[in-house]
Amino acid sequence: MSKPTEKKGAVQTTGHAWDGDLQEYNNPLPRWWLWGFYATVVFAVVYWLMYPAWPVGNTFTKGFNTITFEVDGEERTTHWNTRALLVRDMQSSPSAVRQREFLEQIAAASYEEILTDADKLAFVRSYAHGIYGDFCAACHQVGGAGIVGLYPNLANDDWLWGGTVERIEETLIQGRLGYMPSYRETLNADQMTDVAVYVLSIAGYEGGDADAIGRGDRIFHGAEGGCFQCHNVGGVGRTSQGAPNLTNNIWQIIDVPNAADHDARVELVKSVLRNGIQRQMPAFADRLSPIEIKVLTAYVHQLGGGQ
Amino acid sequence: MSDTREQDYQARIAIYPRSVKGRFRTLKWGILALAYAVYFLLPWVRWHRDYGAAQAVLFDIPGRRFYLFDLIVYPQDIFWLAGFLMIAAMLLFLVTGLAGRVFCGYFCFQTLWTDVYMLFERLVQGERPARIRLSKQPWGAEKILKLGATHALWLLTAFATGLTFTLYWADAPTLFKEIFTGQAPFPAYATTVFLTVTTYVMAGLAREQVCTYMCPYARFQSVMFDRDTLIVSYDDKRGEGSAGRAKVAAGLKTREERQAKGVGDCIDCGYCVQVCPTGIDIRNGLQYQCIHCALCVDACDTIMDKMNWPRGLIRYTSENALEGKPTRLLKLKNIGYGVALAIMVVLLAWSILTQPQLDASVAQVRQPLFVQLSDGAIQNSYEIKINNKTQQTVALRIELHGLEGAELDTGRIDVVHLTPEHSTRVLARVRYHVSDPSVHQREILFRVVPLDNEDLSVLELPSHFYSR
Repeated sequence: MSKPTEKKGAVQTTGHAWDGDLQEYNNPLPRWWLWGFYATVVFAVVYWLMYPAWPVGNTFTKGFNTITFEVDGEERTTHWNTRALLVRDMQSSPSAVRQREFLEQIAAASYEEILTDADKLAFVRSYAHGIYGDFCAACHQVGGAGIVGLYPNLANDDWLWGGTVERIEETLIQGRLGYMPSYRETLNADQMTDVAVYVLSIAGYEGGDADAIGRGDRIFHGAEGGCFQCHNVGGVGRTSQGAPNLTNNIWQIIDVPNAADHDARVELVKSVLRNGIQRQMPAFADRLSPIEIKVLTAYVHQLGGGQ
Repeated sequence: MSDTREQDYQARIAIYPRSVKGRFRTLKWGILALAYAVYFLLPWVRWHRDYGAAQAVLFDIPGRRFYLFDLIVYPQDIFWLAGFLMIAAMLLFLVTGLAGRVFCGYFCFQTLWTDVYMLFERLVQGERPARIRLSKQPWGAEKILKLGATHALWLLTAFATGLTFTLYWADAPTLFKEIFTGQAPFPAYATTVFLTVTTYVMAGLAREQVCTYMCPYARFQSVMFDRDTLIVSYDDKRGEGSAGRAKVAAGLKTREERQAKGVGDCIDCGYCVQVCPTGIDIRNGLQYQCIHCALCVDACDTIMDKMNWPRGLIRYTSENALEGKPTRLLKLKNIGYGVALAIMVVLLAWSILTQPQLDASVAQVRQPLFVQLSDGAIQNSYEIKINNKTQQTVALRIELHGLEGAELDTGRIDVVHLTPEHSTRVLARVRYHVSDPSVHQREILFRVVPLDNEDLSVLELPSHFYSR
């Protein structure tokens, strides 16, 4: 349709000719585009003046722009940088302000109010998940399931030191020292077998003859073993001592449920009697703020079996 | 190559479009009036809601919801946006396939705003010859006054445009007051200024360059053209005849005289070129700069009416029709676009109309997947997320079904109270004494039951219980 425009307004060529007649049109860029390019150059120069830009030896040009933020209640002004921006956003951005409002609500509320309010509990779960990940998950694992033999499970309803909010808070503040003495010097191998058979019987495992169970019972509740002093009469545990309940099938130190047979189970229990237990949870009173401890307490409480 | 160096960058060739009257111009003014009425008035329309904003259309970013009359869009409805964009794309494809660049010529905001800017230009500086004269005139009181007034009107329009856009994102009357009393938030000012500047630059200074250099739509709409697409075109055969076009002169006055000499119907008056907002000559055929605004049709029709010759020397037609071949619009491409468009519209409408007022989802806590409790039971934990889209506070109870003997524990939360347009999460624990250890996975069903509310239906959330 359109005719070759040899008339006025013909498109200029670059002046080269290949193969005799092959020429290239020169469609010039619009001039505003050129100005746009100059504008980007000006922008770059302004940017260099305002913000950290050029490496110079061991340092860099810092720019004239500054940023003011708070550290421990003290105002600081430094050259503009994204780290300071992050600090400031964490303190004064709208989301930070909203988070603080929520935290103030949590601080003012009792545990009972937190645990009966779906919104507060949902906030606690979100907020505490981060603190838990930083301070707790290294031992107790992400979901709180712990590791048998090393770190207690927080997701079930079996508590060494008690599962009420008051006890959990106390655990967080002062830490815990879990200790069971070694019976290497106190009991001989046969006595250890008797105690092990008795302990397995109260946990619901069949095996071992009635005589051995009886002997174990006597050592457990007598002066010889004295196990009942911590594990309580009948082995139901004593949370003031951090002594576990032996009558259920939850094992913190040894993996009894997955043992091959009764002899293996007996050997596992005997290994605890021989070696004793020494575990420590550090105190977090110095490391976490009271509100963080409160949020963490509620979080641990709802992980699976708060009382 | 010094002569080509000068041409590396080209200054814009100024265009002074002449005004024109006609059916397409009237139609375009109508569309413009409607579009402006909707755009400028919509933020001011109030709307009654029991809860939430009192503004008919409000894009509430901090509140994470869009109010569109009786519809409230939440972030999880984001796929509606995808659906809407697909509908817009399909509609554009279909219309372009059938009727060419209708969007460019009639609906594009660049075209609408440029039209208004040109109107101001004409009202202040006069018609095309007056504007050309003014631009060539040396600087003086008249030129400063007239150009100043034009640019002032442009800036005012640009500011109104930018301000109105900003009003869609907050309560309009409040923000309006805040803007003028210096209390509005920084983003409101930034948005207003940004849109003021872009409107002024695009509609006032850049104009047709936006279409020819910047706009991607202009490019890909052209790609959808074929020989059956409706285009604004000059009837080359009729206009040029066998001896070309010629001005009206002695012996070339009537059609009969001209046809006898082989001269076409085009009297080379140049009106079609003068009215063109992109400054092209439609008689050179289909060009990428042409936005199909049809103003040259109006111009040519005016001339043809004056000559008492039939209209349509420049008209909507297709390349096939120009060559005397039939125009076929019912083809696979167009039918495909149409079907895709219909499917998308039905799906989006269905999705919007059937959206639940209350929705919930369940996600199992997977770490740990299960724990054993001291009484020997196995416990699984689930996080149930409930979203209340109604305008009222609802009370809900969570129930467990589908697993005989299983026990549900939602801690100390018995009834969940949810305020309007609010969502929350509840941790639910399920305890079960496993009787058959060989089965690892069991089906369970959570039911979220609204209390004292017959409008809302019970939500059923299937999930699984794992014991190994």
